[in-house]
This record gives sequence, structure tokens and C-alpha cells, in this order.
Amino acid sequence: MSIMTHLDQLEAEGIHIIREVVAQFRKPVMLYSIGKDSAVMLHLALKAFYPGRLPFPLLHVDTGWKFREMISFRDKIAADLGLELLVHTNPDGVAQGVGPISHGSAVHTDIMKTQGLKQALDHFGFDAAFGGARRDEERSRAKERVFSFRDRNHGWDPRNQRPELWNLYNGRIGKGESLRAFPLSNWTEQDVWAYIAREAIPIVPLYFAKPRPVVWRDGTWIMVDDHRLPLLPGEVPEMRKVRFRTLGCYPLTGAIDSQADTLEAIIGELAGSRLSERQGRLIDADAGASMEQKKREGYF
Amino acid sequence: MMSLLRFITCGSVDDGKSTLIGRLLHDCGAVPEDQLASLARDSERHGTTGRGNLDLALLVDGLSAEREQGITIDVAYRYFGTARRRFIVADTPGHEQYTRNMATGASNADLAVLLVDARKGLLTQTRRHSFILSLMGVRQVVLAVNKMDAIGWDQDRFNAIVADYRAFAAALGFTDIQSVPLSALTGDNVTRASAHTPWHAGPPLLALLEAAPAASDASDGPFRFPVQWVVRPDGNFRGLAGTVAAGAIQPGNSVRVLPSGRDSTIARIVTQDGDRDRAAAGQAVTLVLTDDVDVTRGDMLVPPGAEPEVTDQFTAHLIWMHDEPLLPGRAYLIRMGTATATAQITQIKHRVDVNSLDHLASHALGLNDVGLCNLSLDRPLPAEPYVDGRACGSFILIDRHSNATLACGMVLHGLRRAGNIQRQPMRVGKPDRVAANGHRPCVLWFTGLSGAGKTTIADLVEQRLHTAGCRTMSLDGDNVRHGLCRDLGFTPADRVENIRRVAHVAQLMAEAGLIVLVSLISPFRADREMARSLLPPGEFLEIFVDTRLDICEARDVKGLYRKARSGVLPNFTGIGSPYEPPTEPDLRLDTGAGPPASLADAVVRHLAQTGIIPSME
Repeated sequence: MSIMTHLDQLEAEGIHIIREVVAQFRKPVMLYSIGKDSAVMLHLALKAFYPGRLPFPLLHVDTGWKFREMISFRDKIAADLGLELLVHTNPDGVAQGVGPISHGSAVHTDIMKTQGLKQALDHFGFDAAFGGARRDEERSRAKERVFSFRDRNHGWDPRNQRPELWNLYNGRIGKGESLRAFPLSNWTEQDVWAYIAREAIPIVPLYFAKPRPVVWRDGTWIMVDDHRLPLLPGEVPEMRKVRFRTLGCYPLTGAIDSQADTLEAIIGELAGSRLSERQGRLIDADAGASMEQKKREGYF
Repeated sequence: MMSLLRFITCGSVDDGKSTLIGRLLHDCGAVPEDQLASLARDSERHGTTGRGNLDLALLVDGLSAEREQGITIDVAYRYFGTARRRFIVADTPGHEQYTRNMATGASNADLAVLLVDARKGLLTQTRRHSFILSLMGVRQVVLAVNKMDAIGWDQDRFNAIVADYRAFAAALGFTDIQSVPLSALTGDNVTRASAHTPWHAGPPLLALLEAAPAASDASDGPFRFPVQWVVRPDGNFRGLAGTVAAGAIQPGNSVRVLPSGRDSTIARIVTQDGDRDRAAAGQAVTLVLTDDVDVTRGDMLVPPGAEPEVTDQFTAHLIWMHDEPLLPGRAYLIRMGTATATAQITQIKHRVDVNSLDHLASHALGLNDVGLCNLSLDRPLPAEPYVDGRACGSFILIDRHSNATLACGMVLHGLRRAGNIQRQPMRVGKPDRVAANGHRPCVLWFTGLSGAGKTTIADLVEQRLHTAGCRTMSLDGDNVRHGLCRDLGFTPADRVENIRRVAHVAQLMAEAGLIVLVSLISPFRADREMARSLLPPGEFLEIFVDTRLDICEARDVKGLYRKARSGVLPNFTGIGSPYEPPTEPDLRLDTGAGPPASLADAVVRHLAQTGIIPSME
């Protein structure tokens, strides 16, 4: 009898889910957000169809405010692995000059992420989209299905979800409806790091501690990634050894003080940490715009 | 080596489930500091555990903003771990109306923690939950006797509850029942052994969870491999991707492909990390066979000699999970493993009262009902008892139109008659009858509201066809109810059965080479789809006699609308019961656009154009 470790089981479950989506849908796509969860999800997908190629493209919804290192990492991964990468930026948002600083995080996130994503899915006619979300991340996600049904407007109805039993996933949809699929539903942040270490999966260097130019703002360290971040009176960028636990738009993503510059050190740091992962995400704290609300409106 | 255990918590509403989960998460360090700080604030404000104490139930009920809005009925998953093991908890609510959520949570659980309030002992819900656990195949139960602090850690009381439970559960097939006296409130015997129970020899709850075998180790049974996807990057490689559902396989082993029954041999077990010399239950792999036998998604690889039965009829327990009730005779989609087929429930043998476990006669199953049913599929699939293997023993039913998941099912046994009743090949076949008639057979299915003009038009069509020398037969909704369907009423269930009978008779007549004209309100799309599925493509024409409700009601030839409006006919289509118009009928007759005679001509023209009858010109 072969005993599978918990990472083996999570890996097999993820591969099973990815294969199910490809088998049941006409035109799937993988949402690639460049973060560690996307890295793991992509790794599972490559395994799922080996020795074949990925039977779907990657889609990055670029808000225009991602860390520069994220963009260069994204392009390198796509080139190295020979993947089809689609990049979409909401042209209406660009035309109106929407950004997190001028418009605030709520408007920026809605227009550049949620609306941008819906535009891209509709434009290419994708009927299923993989996302790297995990149930341990956030309250409303704890309730979400692996196969998460979306109506014609990409909306999520938490009160009317399909029961999901065994590993039988019902991916049948009507015209114009779509699916979000979450192969990492049952993974925790620790699992993701342990798996990245085990499989030596490449990740964006921003996860590793390094001296970076930052300012202290809204109770967290914000990195001065380019000239677009206006400094408030009294703010002087300083070099601090910091790293990021999650990655998003740089003005909205707080760094933590850290000496962890290797995977082993990150895992060690995590074991000792008593703060939740998304605590550095400024968008989660927006009043009246909970994750559940955003998801109902079509956010991933 | 770190393993994974999936478990479910259940028990009555006030038995302390939320507090226990909160306690486990808290004591295992799975609650981050920022959440702990807000818990302290919430405990001051809403806590029920006294000043200065954390109310751990609020950790779980912290999700209750959504819960109050109705998501409380849903299963949530939580994650924690120790140095020895990772855990996934399916947290399901305790109320009676949430049977389906408990079943969902139990479907993947290796073990169940069943809470009992020490002060109350076994309750109806304890019994109901135990039955559902048993039905879903959970074999290990930890009986957590909670609130022991409230009864002064009374050993006799604890022993009495455990004895009660063992007596009750004897018939439920659990292989392992452990029990722990604990207090979720104080944490005694949850993660650490309590000083209050020197009389209890067993370990605390967490230690039991750490030591429990993961029941999903299905490596022992015979090999089962549902094919998910065929990997074919180029002409040289053809791999069958899937997850081993049970047993194990090695290169060189022979396999049989079901349902086709063709044999082959495993050549390679491929993964990105290199070829393997063995693949066992739970592993996602890609198998390469030694030869090019035809295998697609939906097929199942099994060892020759240890095969499941391949059958189109079996008996299964169903848990109905949707507001729309189960209707015998209606065509549903069934998903078993990776295969999809059409299934009808031919008989509800009984419904189980989940509280008393009594068997009750029933004509339909509603939300959260459990029933034992006979199913009939449109094609044979591998099926074996759920207790022998989930790959061929579990399934879900899906609505063909809304695509909703309606039910889950657990196979009890195959029905022998599927194998014993064989089709008798006859010397004179359909082609011979067609040749003798000079026209092709078909079923003209006239659907529409009562009084829409179905029978009038069908009658005119039949006269024209008869005059042209075609062999015809009419099946009229009113007429069949005098004989073939005289035992049926107008409830949704009876309507489905009415249509099923008429559809099968129409099919037989088409087999005889006739053009069959069916006039039947047939208000539900699913039932018309079922009728269509009985006939070869092109031999079933759905003709929508489209007359507005207010016009039908104004005509009221039979006086039925008046009766319906006065409440005498409760399920009358259009008034007390819906009519689902065809979305893509083969022919739509707009009765406002012309007299019945010209509409009948349109039908005959359509038959000539589609080659059913020779051109009349």
C-alpha cells in the first residue's frame, strides 16, 4: 500500500480538477495573476497534461499598477515554457486615467480588475476560468465551490450553489453562463509554500526579503516601485529589508519586515507568524466592499 | 510523513459544535492574531461565556453575517494542522432541513465527530446524522460527549450515553466507534488530556484524529480507473489521463475497458516526474496501453475477472437536493465517474423517514428526502454497490434544462432483469415496414395549452395524410385517459407518467412504420425531451401550437378554464401549473396567423420537405 502525503493528495486533487474542467468545457482559460498561487496552479496544469501542451491559454488582467518585477517575471515564464499568454487591460479605465491613487482602491479594483476581467472573458468567449483562490484565504471563499457557477453577468449567488459531492463536478452551463474553477480550494498558505519548495517552482523575487525603497503608510510598508507613487508630506523613502506575503497592485500591497530570503526561511517565518495572509491587502479593508460583495459583482 | 485527514463534525444545534471547532482551531494555532484580536472584541460584546473569556464559537459563527442571510445552510471547509497531520473539516449545520449539506460534507469524509450534549444524551438529530453518515459510507465515528463540565464529569452518565449510542449504531455498519468525554468550553480532552477524567483511559479528541486511518486509502480493492481525458500531443503518444479511484496497477497488468469489454495491457504509467512502476488509489496519472483499443472519456479501466457489473438498471439510495421534486419517469442526466448518460427513476420503492428510519410509501421525493429507487439508464454503465467502491457506486443527477445538481445516489445493487431481458431480433424490421408503406415513420408531437387547437389541427393533418395513402394513427391526450392512462390524475408526477406511456406507445407505432399524431398539452420541456430521446433523429417533430393564454381562455371549449379559475381544477396548465413553451420546436404554428386548414397544410408541406412523405406536387 502506498501512502500519499498531504501534499501528494492536494496535488492529485488539483490535477483531477484541472482535467475535469478541460474535459467538460469548450474554451477554458487560466487566470494568471503572477503570484505564488498562480505559480502552483500553473505547475499542476503542466503536470495534468504532460507530455501534451497546456490545452488552454493564460490570461493576465493587468491593472497597469503591478510591480515591475511581476511583469518581467510573467513574460519570462511564458517565454521559457512556451505558453500562450493573453494580457488584457481595461481600455476604458486607461482612457479615463483610472488608478489606485487618483481614484481610490475601490474604484480602481472595480474598473481595472473586475470590469477588466469580465471584458476579457466576454471578448475571448471563455466559458471556464481557473483561479488560484484558496478557501482558507477569506471568509466568503470558505463557502465557495470548486466549480463555482457564474450567471450571464459573471455574478456569484452564494445562496444558490450546486452541491458538490465526492469528486463528481457538474460543469453544465447554459448559454452565456460560465464557470470559475478553483483547483487549490483545499490548500493553505503553508501548503503552497511547502509545495513550492518541494517542486522547486519559480516565483517572483518579491516574495524574498531584500532591501527595497519603502514608505510607511496606512499601517504598512508601501514600496516605491516607480515614479507614479506621490509622496505625502513628511514621507521619505527608506531602504528596508522587506518582503511580500501576497502580491497585487503595488500602491495597495503592504510589505512586511523580514529577513527571510530563502524558501526555508519563509516557511520558518510563516510557522511563527500569527497574522493572516491578506492583512497586507488594503482592498480587503474597504468599507462596504467585502470580498463577498466583490465576488457577487464578478471579481475573482 | 505528514498525512491528510478529512472529517466532518455533526450533532444537534446546541450540542456545542461551533465551540468545539473554534477550540480545535484555536488550540492548534490556526487562528491568526488579527482574527484573535477581533474575537476578543466580539466576545466582550456578544459572548456567552462570561467576562474576560473568549467565546470560541464566535470564530466559526464569525461567518454568520452571511449566515443570517441564509447561507447558514451551507457547508464550509476549515483547515488546521498539527506537527503530525493536516486536517480538513467539513463544517455542516445541524438543523434537520440541511440533510443535503450534511451528505455533501460526508461524501469526502474519512471520519465523523458526532457531538452529544452530556446533559441531554442522544437526540433525534444524533440518530438522523448517524443514519446519513452510514448511508454516505463514513465508517469511523468519534462520539464526542460534550459539556461534561456541566454534569461534574460524571463517569456513569458518560458510560450510559456511550452504551446507548453503541446499541443504536449497531445496525449502521460503522467499523470503529471511539468516544471521548470532553468540554469544548474549557478545552478538557480536546487537544490535551483532562485532569477531570482519570477514569477515562482513551486519548483526547485531537490524538484520536491524529491516529485515525484515512478511509480514502482505497488501495485494497480491485483497480478502478475512470478515464478523464485522452492526452494526444502528437501521433506517437496516446495517454489516458485520470485518477486511480481504487486499487493499484503496474505496467504489464491486463485491463478491460468498460463498457465496451475490450482487453488491453498497461504499457507505461506516465507522469511529468518520470514513469512510475505502480499507480495506486488517489494518484493522478496518465496510462499508456500496449495497443490502440478505442478508449474515451467516460470509459472505465478495470482488471479482467474483477469487474463491476455493466448494467442499465440498478437500485440506489437517492438523497434529493433540490426544491423541484423527483418525478418518476422524467429524464435526468446521470454522472457516474466520468461518464454521463440519461436516467429515469422507474420506481420509488420507499422513502426513509430519517428520524425514525421507517420505510414509507412515496410517489415523489422532495428536498432532503432520502429514498430507495430503481433507475433505468439509456445505456449500460459499470455499476457496483457503493459499499464496494465509490467509483462505480456513486452518482449525481442533473436537470437537463436548468443544469442544477438535483440529487446524489449510492448504488445498492444492479437489477438482474437488465441482463435477463434481451431484445429479441425479429425477421421483419423497420426498413421492411417502411418499404411497404411508401413513406417514413415519424411522431408528430403537438404541444400547447388546453384549447390551443392541437387536436383540431392534428385531425386535419391526419385527414390529408390518409387521403394521400399514408398509414397514420392519432393519440389524443383526452382519449388515452379513458384507457391507457385512466389510473392517472393531473399532479406533476402523474403528468410525467402519462407522457411516458404515450411516448412509448408512439415509439412502438413508429416502429410499426406509422405516422403518429400525438396531441398532448405536455407542459414540461423535460418530458418532451424524454419523448424525443426515444426516437431516432429526424423521426420526432415537436410542433408548438402557439395560442395565447387569453385566447384559449376566451374560447374555453370544454369549460375547463372557468373551472380552473374557480379553483375546482387545481393543477390546470396555464392557471395553477406552468406551461414551458418549446425553445426550439421543429415547427411553430401561430394560430393567430391563419385558419387551422392552412396550418395543417404547413405541417404536410414540412413532412414533404423533410422527406418523411413523398412530395405531393
